[in-house]
Order: sequence, then structure tokens, then C-alpha cells
Amino acid sequence: MEGRHVSFLRNEKVRGILYQVITIVLFVLFIGYIAQNTAHNIEARGIKSGLGFLHTTAGFDITETPIHFDHNSTNWDVFKVGLFNTLIVSFWGIILTSLLGLIIGIARLSKNWIISHLASTYIEIFRNIPILLQILFWYNVVLAAMPSVRQSYSFFDSIFINQRGLFVPKPIFESGGWMIAAGFVAALVGGWLIHRYAKKRLEEEGKEFPVFLSTLALFLLLPLVAYFIAGKPLHFDYPALKGFNFRGGSTLSPEFLALLFALATYTAAYVAEAIRSGIEAVNKGQKEAATALGLTPMQSLKLVVLPQAVRISIPPIINQYLNLIKNSSLAAAIGYPELVTVFAGTSLNVTGQALEIIGITMLTYLTISLIVSLILNWFNKKMKIKER
Amino acid sequence: MAVYELKHAKQAPLSERGIIAWIRHHLLSSPVNIFFTILSLWILYILIPPLLKWFILDANFSGQSKADCGGGGACWVFIREKLKLFVYGFYPSSELWRANLAIGLSALSVVLVALERTSRKLKIAIILLLPFVAGGLLSGGFFGLIHIDTSQWGGLLLTLVIALIGIVASFPIGLLLALGRQSKLPIIKTLSVFYIELIRGVPLITLLFMASVVLPLFFPEGVDFNKLIRALIGITLFQAAYVAENIRGGLQAISTGQYEAGSALGLTYWKQMRLVILPQAIKVAIPNLVGSFIALLMDTSLVMIIGLYDLLSTVNLASSDRDWLGMSTEGFVFVAIIYWILNFTMSRYSKRLEKKLDTNNRD
Repeated sequence: MEGRHVSFLRNEKVRGILYQVITIVLFVLFIGYIAQNTAHNIEARGIKSGLGFLHTTAGFDITETPIHFDHNSTNWDVFKVGLFNTLIVSFWGIILTSLLGLIIGIARLSKNWIISHLASTYIEIFRNIPILLQILFWYNVVLAAMPSVRQSYSFFDSIFINQRGLFVPKPIFESGGWMIAAGFVAALVGGWLIHRYAKKRLEEEGKEFPVFLSTLALFLLLPLVAYFIAGKPLHFDYPALKGFNFRGGSTLSPEFLALLFALATYTAAYVAEAIRSGIEAVNKGQKEAATALGLTPMQSLKLVVLPQAVRISIPPIINQYLNLIKNSSLAAAIGYPELVTVFAGTSLNVTGQALEIIGITMLTYLTISLIVSLILNWFNKKMKIKER
Repeated sequence: MAVYELKHAKQAPLSERGIIAWIRHHLLSSPVNIFFTILSLWILYILIPPLLKWFILDANFSGQSKADCGGGGACWVFIREKLKLFVYGFYPSSELWRANLAIGLSALSVVLVALERTSRKLKIAIILLLPFVAGGLLSGGFFGLIHIDTSQWGGLLLTLVIALIGIVASFPIGLLLALGRQSKLPIIKTLSVFYIELIRGVPLITLLFMASVVLPLFFPEGVDFNKLIRALIGITLFQAAYVAENIRGGLQAISTGQYEAGSALGLTYWKQMRLVILPQAIKVAIPNLVGSFIALLMDTSLVMIIGLYDLLSTVNLASSDRDWLGMSTEGFVFVAIIYWILNFTMSRYSKRLEKKLDTNNRD
């Protein structure tokens, strides 16, 4: 009997089940312990619980509100404003960092010794300094060194930069302005059609088509044509110095600018590295084969190297975009009113409902991460080498 | 009979050798290249002289107060006068030897662990003992050492404490999570995956907020941690998920033959892991692990947001001194240089390691 008992416990399946049962019991006990303590503490401290706080008045003001917000707005509005600001700074950050990363990545690969070393110096400097320090540096040193309102740096008398931020002209659409937007959409669709046509032609006839130039022309011409057809329904509201500050136009606050520049310059170093490693990962034989086929260096880059490099470069770049979105939460240190600053910061201090607010904030970021990784998976599937 | 003399090859023309050829090929090979060379020289011309002036030529190195600084250059006097704050925070002056000893011991340990000759057992012993020895030395309260509250720790000292404890504490948790994620037991696997993906999906700052405001709710009344412990819990929980993913990468690089061989030898799961799989997997994972430790060192700067005085936040402290207003630029630059040196050394070390381990694999 004793022997059978031992062998029963030595059975791998039995052990597996036993381990899992123990894990579940411990996990449930742990959660129960925490829940009990939390319930007790919340009651003892007189903190409200539940999601009711979302519908109560927030009771504070926010400096930058992309959507309507006033003193009657609720904590749910605070959440929405915060999320919007996070998305706005991330959107522009991703665009800027892509451009900058692309330039630096290409410069890094240049045969020109000075350029490639300038680029690698940039990468080594920006990658090895904490992003929070860079945000604070932009905010406390670079932008704080801007002149006062009266001495603003001015560009073409329409863009001004000073201590209070960047003032740019604001486009104002009148009736018929939708036609310009329609022009852009048409250009987008047209670009896609051209891309498809060019691919088909290349595969069937082996002839190239200037996709980039023709798409660029579409993007410039179609909205312009729409602009004139609709009777010029667009004008700009220029910022102008009136009294002690600029009126009109759009204002980009120093907080926004500091965060945007810091995120873009920091992430660009990583994007550049991803682009470089993608291009370098393409087998040397591929380039040599392209040359042997008589392709020009430009053709070999466009038709042979880039299509293979993109497959390797894009996944880490998308991950960097996600990092940029997550790093935008560091705005809490300079007070740009994004999700963590206003919701997990101010709203939390006012209502005291830490558990709910931190939970909602984490869930929001988790959702964003999930969406980004879904995009990544879709891309990987699409780009997977089709083996026959 | 004709006499043939050996004719030596002519040297390559001047344009194809030496520095001239190098410049021709690397800087002036085509009109576009010439344009970019001029462009980058112009960028350098714009950047270098003002920086050089600010850093060295116009900078002030001697004196005791702000009044000694002038001329538009950097005021390094400020850094010298505030050096104690930057390095130790508010650690009492009479006890600085303890902080120095702790930093010295840590540096010695890091060198010993990084050396190849050190035996694995010694390495593990050092890693396990260091946090307690250094922490005890800093905190005191025994053997006649006066107790120094963690709220007085600061500057580079605090940054190193957080980074070292974060690294040491997150490793075992990350290891278990990695094994859990690779496990065949569905419940253990699900819990591990859930934890890792949850943590990796949120920014560190939300975890730090959680550790500082939500965590106290989780424990019975009367149990209270100081700010440093809370930050350490947040950072450790965060780092563990990343360590787990690095080790998982290592585990996946090990061929199934190794697992099967382990089983065929009749080893239990834990023995198989300890003796066969992990020594290989961790070796593969080391370069990535070092990478995530660099990230951790940079991330420690976030504790300033929950009110700890680490290296980065001492800049604000030092430059808000009424006698030294307007010195934040010098402070930020100085701190940036310290972070940069630490990170750059570590990343170079990891690159060297990667090369070394790579050749070993090919043997």
C-alpha cells in the first residue's frame, strides 16, 4: 500500500493537478485577503467606493481641453480630456519621430563618414539619457530660455514662439470646406489605386510606375482644385499681439511642446536603429544579385532591399510607437494635462478613490497596448514570407 | 641573354592612397556626397563652438558662490558646491563613510560578478548578500551605527540602491514567471501570461502610483511601508515581467533535444531545469537581460514623481536653493552625463558579452 501511495504522488499528471490546485487555492486566498483588507480600509478611512464618482462634478479646471470642459464637467469628462490629450500628443509624436528616425536612420547608413558618425552620436546620446530627464530639460531649460511675449521670435509674422508657447495660424473652414477634405480623401483613395496598379504592372509586365511622385501630385493637386472649385472656403486666423498676449490662431503650450519634442527626439534614436538594423539585415547577396541583374542602385534599393528591410524594421518600430504612447504618461512631471496627470493625478487627489482610478487608467493603457499588438500581429501575418 | 630586372610595382597615385583617397572616397565621392559633407560641416560649425564655449572656455571652475560665475558659460562651481547633495541626498555628513563603503562594496561586487573567473556559487552568494549588507550599512540601527531613515537617502546613492535592489529582487520572480509561461500546466501558464502581459501593457508610472496610493489599502491597518519600499515594490513588479520575457527568449532558444535528454536521464522537472535547461537559457538571455537592466536604471528616475529624491530630482532641489537660482541647466547637464556614463558602460559591456557568448555557441 505504501509503495502504491508514493507512486500515486510521483505520477506526473497527478502532480500537475496538485500543483495547480495549490496555486489556485493560494491565489484565491491572496485575493480574498487583499479584498477583505481593502474593504475594511476603505470603510475605516471613509473613502467612497464604486464608479459613482465618474458622474460627480470634477471641481477643477484644465488648461488644455480639446473637447468641451467647464466647471460643471464631471470626472468622466476629465478622463475623456486626459485620454484625448494623450492621443493628441502621441499622434504628433509618432509622426515627428517617424520623420526624424527615418532621416537619422538613413544618415547612419550613409557612406559619408561625417554624416554616419553624426547620426550615431545622436543615437548614442539620446538613447542613454532617461526620457524623464529629457522632458524636464526641454521644459525647464530649452523652452524656459524662450523670450518674453513682447520679444517673441517670429517667423514670417505668422508663427511666434515665446515663453508661453508656440502660436501658429489656425485654419478656418467656411461652408464648402468639406470639399477640401473630400479632395484629401480622394487623393488617399487615388494613391491606393495607383499603388495597386503599379504593383500589378510590375508583376505582369516588369515595368515600373512612379508611385511616389504621382501620389504626391494627387495630394497636392486634388485639395487645391477642390479649394478653387468650392470658392476658396478656407482662410487662416493669424495670431497677433494684442495687449499682453497673442490673440487668435492656435496656441501650443510649452508643456505640450516639451513633451512632444522630448518624446520625438528620444524615440527617433530607437526608430533610427530599427531602420538601420532592418536594412543591414538584408543579405549582401541580394544587393549583389540586384547589381548583377543590371539594376541601378536606386532600383536595387527600391525593388530588392527595402521590401525585405521593411519586414524586419516595422515590428520594432511599432513597438517604439507603443513605448512613445506609454512614455507620454511622464507628462505628469511637467503638468501637460494628459490621462495620468489629470485623471490619475488631480481627480485622484480630489476624490480619493485610488483603487478605481488607477484601475481605469491601467485598463485604458492596456487597451491601447492590445490594439497596437493586434495591429502588429496583423502586419506580421501579412508580411510573413509565403512559402510554397 | 637578356637580363630582366624585377620591376617594383608603382605606388598607387596620390589620389588613391592615404588621407587624400580616404577623403575622396568617404566625403567627396559624388556631388550629393559633397553637398552632405558641407551640410554636416555646417551643422558642426553651428553646434560645436557655442557648446565648447559654454562647457569649457567661458565656464567658471573656481569660486564659492553664484557671484563668482559670469561670462555666459556654465557655472561648474554650482556642481562642486552641491556635489554632496547630488551624490548622497540628505545623508548626514558625519555618516558619509557608510554610504561610501556601501557604494564601494557594490562596485566591487559588480566587478566580481562581471568577471568570468569568479565561480558561479560566489556570484550567487554576492548577489544575494549585497542588498542586505549594503542596505544594513546604509540604514544602520545596530552595532552602534545610528539609524538613518530612508527619507534621508538621496541622489546617486538612492538611484543605485533602487536599481540594484530592483535588479536582484526582480530576477527570481521573473525566472518563475518565465518557467510558468512555458509550463504545460494550463492554470499556471494562464496566470503567468496574464501577469506578464498586464504589466507590459501599462506605463511604469501607473504602477508606481498604484504602489504608492493603492498598495497601503491592500494590507491590514497598521502595516505601513515607507515611500522607498513602495517604490521598490512597484519597480520590482514591473521589472519582473520584462525579466520573464528575456528569460523566455532564452528558454525558446534551447532545442527540444535538451529537454528530452533531461527527461531521458530521469531528472525531475526542477532538476532538469536547474542542471540542463536554465544554465543554457540564461546564457542566451544575458545580453537582453543587461539591456533591460539598463532600461531599469533609466526608469529609476521616475520615482521623483512619487516624491523620492533620486539623482534626477536633486537637480530641482539644488537649483531651488535661493543662493543658486537659475542653475538648473548645469544640474541637468551634470546629471545627464552621469546617467550617460553608467548606461554607455553597461551597453558596451553587454555588446562585448554578446559577441563572446555568440562565438561560444558556434563551437
